[in-house]
Amino acid sequence: MPMINEIDFGTPASKSEKFVTLTIDGNEISVPEGTSIMRASMEAGIEVPKLCATDMMDAFGSCRLCLVEIEGRAGMPASCTTPVAPGMVVSTQTQRLKDVRRGVMELYISDHPLDCLTCAANGDCELQDMAGAVGLRDVRYGYDGENHVKARNDGAINIKWQPKDESNPYFTFDPAKCIVCSRCVRACEEVQGTFALTIEGRGFDSRVSAGMHEDFMSSECVSCGACVQACPTATLIEKSVIEIGQPEHSAVTTCAYCGVGCSFKAEMRGEELVRMVPWKDGQANRGHSCVKGRFAYGYSTHKDRILNPMIREKVTDPWREVTWEEAYAHVASEFRRIQYQYGRESVGGITSSRCTNEETYLVQKLVRAGFGNNNVDTCARVCHSPTGYGLGQAFGTSAGTQNFDSVEHSDVVMVIGANPTDGHPVFGSRLKKRLREGAKLIVLDPRRIDLVRTPHVEASYHLPLKPGTNVAVLTALAHVIVTEGLADEKFIRERCDWSEYEDWAAFVAEPYHSPEAVERYTGVPADLVRGAARLFARGGNGAIYYGLGVTEHSQGSTTVMAIANLAMVTGNIGRPGVGVNPLRGQNNVQGSCDMGSFPHELPGYRHISDDATRETFEKLWGVTLNNEPGLRIPNMLDAAVDGTFKGIYIQGEDILQSDPDTKHVAAGLAAMECVVVHDLFLNETANYAHVFLPGSTFLEKDGTFTNAERRINRVRKVMKPKNGFADWEVTQKLAQAMGLPWNYKHPSEIMDEIAATTPSFASVSYDYLEKMGSVQWPCNEKHPYGSPIMHVDGFVRGKGKFIRTEYVATDEKTGARFPLLLTTGRILSQYNVGAQTRRTDNVAWHEEDRLEIHPHDAENRGIRDADWVRLASRSGETTLRALITDRVAPGVVYTTFHHPNTQANVITTDFSDWATNCPEYKVTAVQVAPSNGPSGWQRDYEEQARQSRRIAGKLEAAE
Amino acid sequence: MNVHLNAADVSTRTRAIVAGCKHLEGPLLPILHEIQHEFGFVSQEAVPVIASELNLSRAEVHGVVTFYHDFRDHPAGRHVLKLCRAEACQSMGGEALAERAKKLLGIDWHQTTMDGAVTLEPVFCLGLCSCAPSAMLDGAVHGRVAASDLDDLIAEARQ
Repeated sequence: MPMINEIDFGTPASKSEKFVTLTIDGNEISVPEGTSIMRASMEAGIEVPKLCATDMMDAFGSCRLCLVEIEGRAGMPASCTTPVAPGMVVSTQTQRLKDVRRGVMELYISDHPLDCLTCAANGDCELQDMAGAVGLRDVRYGYDGENHVKARNDGAINIKWQPKDESNPYFTFDPAKCIVCSRCVRACEEVQGTFALTIEGRGFDSRVSAGMHEDFMSSECVSCGACVQACPTATLIEKSVIEIGQPEHSAVTTCAYCGVGCSFKAEMRGEELVRMVPWKDGQANRGHSCVKGRFAYGYSTHKDRILNPMIREKVTDPWREVTWEEAYAHVASEFRRIQYQYGRESVGGITSSRCTNEETYLVQKLVRAGFGNNNVDTCARVCHSPTGYGLGQAFGTSAGTQNFDSVEHSDVVMVIGANPTDGHPVFGSRLKKRLREGAKLIVLDPRRIDLVRTPHVEASYHLPLKPGTNVAVLTALAHVIVTEGLADEKFIRERCDWSEYEDWAAFVAEPYHSPEAVERYTGVPADLVRGAARLFARGGNGAIYYGLGVTEHSQGSTTVMAIANLAMVTGNIGRPGVGVNPLRGQNNVQGSCDMGSFPHELPGYRHISDDATRETFEKLWGVTLNNEPGLRIPNMLDAAVDGTFKGIYIQGEDILQSDPDTKHVAAGLAAMECVVVHDLFLNETANYAHVFLPGSTFLEKDGTFTNAERRINRVRKVMKPKNGFADWEVTQKLAQAMGLPWNYKHPSEIMDEIAATTPSFASVSYDYLEKMGSVQWPCNEKHPYGSPIMHVDGFVRGKGKFIRTEYVATDEKTGARFPLLLTTGRILSQYNVGAQTRRTDNVAWHEEDRLEIHPHDAENRGIRDADWVRLASRSGETTLRALITDRVAPGVVYTTFHHPNTQANVITTDFSDWATNCPEYKVTAVQVAPSNGPSGWQRDYEEQARQSRRIAGKLEAAE
Repeated sequence: MNVHLNAADVSTRTRAIVAGCKHLEGPLLPILHEIQHEFGFVSQEAVPVIASELNLSRAEVHGVVTFYHDFRDHPAGRHVLKLCRAEACQSMGGEALAERAKKLLGIDWHQTTMDGAVTLEPVFCLGLCSCAPSAMLDGAVHGRVAASDLDDLIAEARQ
């Protein structure tokens, strides 16, 4: 496997469709109008020397190395800032140019250390390459004058010298090596959109500064890595490269964090991962990354990883390490025993949204074909199940309608219950870029998320609604659109069912849906709702992006339908720049849903009661499938408490920490006789497990992930599994132990089976993915290249369906005992339950969960910033430290759930979405009071967790 | 003005200045001028306030402030004496004049005399090349500055 070397064209591609022909060094070349001479040259295979140019950013023209001569023009223009013109005759190498370039290079090198041999960038340094390219042999100016290189000049302190900034855990900043090309500053501005860097001073004093001459950690830097990637020298460089050295081979793979699904080059030295570098051809991320995908992969080699299978009789026993064979045989015999004793329905499985499509497919196959029931569910139950249901009802497909590129064509973007700059940072950056270009933004969120106001981005409308009133606000928006005549009647008549529309329009037009009428309980001033509705309806291409703030409510499915209604009534479906876009939480939550992880659905969202679909699988698998839907996660836990559900196989999910009402989950697990946890770490759920099967990371297996835009991306194995087997192999061995005749030799064979059985995946194969890079399903005969945008010529279900969305207040209400509303979310540096990110240096940014509380509410309760507070709901109580901020409105408190000792889900209730059982995480009535420290439950829990993690013959595994 | 200010004060007065200039096209430079006029320098406390009010990053404002030599990060003396260091003035004895000024004041470039009376700054061209060497005291330019003229200027400033 060689290194994947990406060509840097120097300036971004022009999107013009008009072509211009010119001659460069005697070669005739045609390029789109607006292309720079530099890029045109590179496309003709002629590399013009450059330092400040890179194709991730606009041309800057500061390094003076890329000068060219153009016939009929005076002087030597910079090729990066000069666009091509018809008939232009360009020379990139003349004696004059060579002399000038060499002179420029001499100036650069006269203020640069000459430690190439011991420099971390040796072998990957553009300055070094350019010195070679221009034939630098001597520096006439010498190295003795003023400089930024030496700490001391002839014994005297050199005030121009600055020490290295090592504050960021992942990269260093060494100003002595800086050539002030501004690439890092521009990357931070143009690519990431954080504007954390600048050039301070002027002339020879110019230097890169993070924030106001701060270190990187204290500045606004979010550690996305764009500046490190942009740096042509070793000034900004990964600490891993300093430590290990340059990589020698690489493979393209897909990030295993959020649902954006960024493509990365895993750059390796042998089996050691040197660094992850975003891949420019990755169609989800277009060469960008965030702190998690770029840097937070250290968990894969963390000492907490369990590498041997373990068994114990009782959960109070210490773990006992066993052989794989023993573990498989034990699980097989236990599950068979339980089914014999308690009936076929007494066992089930949970598929993982972090594992590959192929692994997920196998787990549901094991449940359906091996256990002989449909008791399979996945973590989408607790996040985006309402998306699947709601969009399925309205449009006919259970997924987002666009690709991420679509945002480049949006004019008005509505973000509902999502916090893209933290939860989906790379999409957040792409969105911010579009907003800086002038697109308008509407935010519906109880909390003032960063997007509401962040450098160069400001929402036109922020509707700070009370948690739980999404449906009321969305229906009020529809009310304004319908009653003010803003509906796109032509679109509706062509694409939607007109009589259903009329019924719905009459419903939303009712006066009790008006913004003025709902203001009382939504807390959103009516004029904001009216303004936002008018902007969305009239502002051009309108796109809606939403997250778990929409779905994790008792009316989650209704809210999704209300969003679909809003898109249809404004004609915003079926072309670039519009659409309904769920921002999926986990890397493969879309895929796990696609793969038939729900108890009522076979792969491809086909109902289990559909005879034809069942027959396809029955024939292939040689079994008879149960035509009744099985149990959902909450039902499994209820049944366990009732004593009818006794065994579960959980792959890569930590339900104890992530699912609502922790005490109920714990009771359910405790009531089971065989809990099998298949994971990287002894997670919280494993405290109640009888069998632990070690899992493998995304770096250790082949497979595919499907991201939020339905894009099927390859995951490539770059090292052998530390635990010995990829997860799909473990599931297969388990199935074999249960007597199933499985014999997959490679995940590609599993994908072939998926393609053969699932129409929307019919054309997908590893060979095809190799050729295409990635495809978006549906990918079949009708859509051979996949489907970037859905519902282009008509809705998948035929006519778009308008559905009435009556607001019903949640049963979770505030009162005298619990006067505040708690809502939850995530933060940039941490991911989900934190099992991965807590085991990386990302803890430098977020070492504990904090409770955000408005100054007014804090003052009433005598709470000061950083005080310990007790957070109590009807379900339970926990303690954490307060963070006083006006990001949350009075009456609302907010926390993240990344740390197990916070136990935020002890607080959340078991209310859930009426259609899909998706838990109502986002609304819990609570009370907050000062406290001295951890609650009794937290202390007991910690002790129990410690006890439960003991491994016989080993020191206690440290969490 | 050269008084000690607390952060809250700086913040309130900065906000008021920004509010007055916000409507201008490209308001940052006018704001920085006003701030310097109000406080005598652009304090570190004012930068984040300006950034937040204009919806810029701290880094961006810092970049602009440091680009211009005339924006100070600490208060100057009661008077600022600038001596031209550009080519024309150097060829007309500017170098000697500068040495004289340093000696008379007992300070180097960018420093302020112990009594807080005078800050000495180099400047690169006051546009008075035909009357070199030139100097500027508190905004008033002086051409053909002979040694005795310099002594008078300094004496005036020290009063």
